[in-house]
Amino acid sequence: MSDTLSASTITITGNDGDEVQAYLARPEGDVPRGGVVVIHHLPGYDRATKEMVRRFAELGYDAVCPNLYWRQAPGAAPDDAAATVRAAGGISDEQLVGDVAGAAAYLRGLPSSNGKVGVIGYCSGGRQSVLAGLSVDVDAVVDCYGAYVTGTPRADSPLNVTSLEDRLGELRCPLLGLFGNEDKTPSPEHVDTLERLLSEHGKSFEIHRYDGAGHAFFAVDRPAYRPAAANDGWERIGAFYGTYLSGKEA
Amino acid sequence: MCTYATARRAVDGSAKGPGGAWFHVTDATVYFDHPVHAMAEHTLNIDLADPSAGPGARVAVELTAESARGLLAAIQEALASAEAELAV
Repeated sequence: MSDTLSASTITITGNDGDEVQAYLARPEGDVPRGGVVVIHHLPGYDRATKEMVRRFAELGYDAVCPNLYWRQAPGAAPDDAAATVRAAGGISDEQLVGDVAGAAAYLRGLPSSNGKVGVIGYCSGGRQSVLAGLSVDVDAVVDCYGAYVTGTPRADSPLNVTSLEDRLGELRCPLLGLFGNEDKTPSPEHVDTLERLLSEHGKSFEIHRYDGAGHAFFAVDRPAYRPAAANDGWERIGAFYGTYLSGKEA
Repeated sequence: MCTYATARRAVDGSAKGPGGAWFHVTDATVYFDHPVHAMAEHTLNIDLADPSAGPGARVAVELTAESARGLLAAIQEALASAEAELAV
């Protein structure tokens, strides 16, 4: 595996045929490989997310992150864009599904693609990653502490977030879930429910829970960062994608 | 946790924002969630903004819960100490 890679800002075709900004990172060379769609967290399409995109290229995948806030705040600083979108109620599930489908199609269209595409999301993106797994033709889903995959948001929440509990039977591919036991949303009970429902539906999944970690334990630029959990989580992600995005039947 | 907790109000006033320029603010968004910059896992965040002028027309603060409560008390104290006829 080479650590030589390239990264750039590109435009992909997202939901409703919209042209959407995205960040692409690719390993050097044309060896056939899988692709990864990275879904950014609620704070937006920021530097930390782009670092994760580059890490997937370093791991050997073509990786792309669509800027989910591009329509509402084109060219804005990530924090200003996130504030704008939050004040407007967030983005719709429909937009998310269309943007991930566009990103997956972009990855499969690259000459290096082996046809396999995974999706991963953090925080709000964790829920959106599962949502993509219900609706988009992807091969592996990683949910990093996504809130409201299970459990019910407050009725008075102005944000467009609904539970996915009733739809988990529609999951189209294997799921890896990574959670902190000190998180409140999702709480360990929420994760219990996720595990139970996936089992009841006969889905392929693995869930790992970390003591001493709460929400956002992968975030190296925040106090929530927990190196032990994050390091193990990256190893789990590498193994999971190695199994399901390798181009061979798992 | 990712709280999603958000409250919004229309406001009428001014703020000193990007580039040191004053601008009219029309919207306040208040939420308790992850900060962008403050070194705390969760903070009380306030955006004072003029959405009609674009995403950058915003003044943002991120306060620990304790300091946000202190600020709230200070605001109430200042308003209460004003002559009643002025504070309308």
